[in-house]
Amino acid sequence: MAMMMTSGFPNSEGLGVGMEWMNNEVSTGTTLAATEFEGGVIIGADSRTTTGSYVANRVTDKLTKITDYIYCCRSGSAADTQAIADIVKYHVDFHRMETGEEPLVNTVANIFRQLCYENRDQISAGIIVAGWDKQKGGQVYSIPLGGMLQRMPYSIGGSGSTYLYGYVDAGYKPNMKKEDALQFIANAVSLAINRDGSSGGIIRLAAISKDGVERFTLTGKDMPKFFEDS
Amino acid sequence: MAAPCVELPKGGFSFDNCARNARLEQLGLKFPTAYKTGTTIAGAIFKDGVVLGADTRATEDTVVADKNCAKIHYLSDNMYCCGAGTAADTEMTTQLISAELELHRLNTGRVPRVATANRLLKQMLYRYQGHIGAALVLGGVDVTGPNLYSIWPHGSTDKLPYVTMGSGSLAAMATFEDRFKPDMTREEAMKLVRDAIAAGIFNDLGSGSNVDLCVITKDKVEYIRPYEVANIRGVKQRSYRYQRGTTAILSSEVKKLDLDVFGTEVKHQPMDTQ
Repeated sequence: MAMMMTSGFPNSEGLGVGMEWMNNEVSTGTTLAATEFEGGVIIGADSRTTTGSYVANRVTDKLTKITDYIYCCRSGSAADTQAIADIVKYHVDFHRMETGEEPLVNTVANIFRQLCYENRDQISAGIIVAGWDKQKGGQVYSIPLGGMLQRMPYSIGGSGSTYLYGYVDAGYKPNMKKEDALQFIANAVSLAINRDGSSGGIIRLAAISKDGVERFTLTGKDMPKFFEDS
Repeated sequence: MAAPCVELPKGGFSFDNCARNARLEQLGLKFPTAYKTGTTIAGAIFKDGVVLGADTRATEDTVVADKNCAKIHYLSDNMYCCGAGTAADTEMTTQLISAELELHRLNTGRVPRVATANRLLKQMLYRYQGHIGAALVLGGVDVTGPNLYSIWPHGSTDKLPYVTMGSGSLAAMATFEDRFKPDMTREEAMKLVRDAIAAGIFNDLGSGSNVDLCVITKDKVEYIRPYEVANIRGVKQRSYRYQRGTTAILSSEVKKLDLDVFGTEVKHQPMDTQ
């Protein structure tokens, strides 16, 4: 189906940069990573948002708050994932008022799944839901493109994740200390940023436990360094 | 058993012609083009407010349709919104949201927040799945301080200290990336946004003419249009007008037309209400 009427100005002879920014959807070609640890979960993401080949936002926060104890990591279409996160947050806030208790991570993940699955033909959203509740402690749920839901001890997502399967499978250990888990996720995002063109910028991290959330940002020198051919 | 019967939907959109149009386009049919503004718009936060800026060129394909159009739209007394993309869409979208914000202000008795305008805009644009071609830079000051958002046609938004949009956004962003710093003075910020828009005007074919600025602070808005005439029309060295009588008149004739003039008088008549 034709989405827009025509190409933009100027449309002939490829004069300068056209208006691809109008026709291309804003997407988060992304690297996401999340893992359980001893007392909760660690989530991490890069900060690049692109429209075609243009970086629309280089300091994006893809770790989006749903409750004080539950966050989601967004990848895919920026518009779709923002809209979904807003709708889920609305439902969850309502749910908390009705029950008078902090929502479970499983509940939140299932609301995400329902929206992602039922609208799977119209949206492109790959989401990781992670958080802490007093029933099951730290949990990571993965909701890939088709709208499947699966709990995992650790999960990666976004275009940069293809570079990470080997690293996370080799490096993950159950019941890590918080510091080790943070380093594990930071390393993963850093490695993907250096290999995936659609990922970049800074590293955003969060540690979620019974005490709530702790946010970290790694920039420039603080980002983990690996072999570079200089 | 009742026979299956096709029931037409009572309302909503019809996408019946979409597949046909796509096929026709594939076969080489040129569809009429929407009126789009190749544009440079930008905004930056400074110490106690935000500055919005825009060029004033409107284009229709390769023709400059308006040399001095206004791209900074009013939303409320404390918020303005720059529009790029389809001119009609940016105009109607901002007018609609402006009306909703005014009703919200009347209902709540509070000055509307920029975050509220952002939500209304993104939810409307998302509902239309990108078919409303409006790319916006939303700026304003509310109870939380100065706020600045960029809003994309598909409904995603970014909250940043400086943003650019439109075909000239790359030139304008280059200016910001080079010289933006937090907590600038009002004059510094105005100069920076002017330079960003000027970069778009001079380096992007879709942008041109003048610079408009809008400076919003806690309890004052200054809409400066034009802030600067970037392209002054040059003075011609000589006059190229022909002297009267340059073309010789070989003959002349005056003809009288035979016309009958009728007059009709329309009188006031009370409406029949029986």
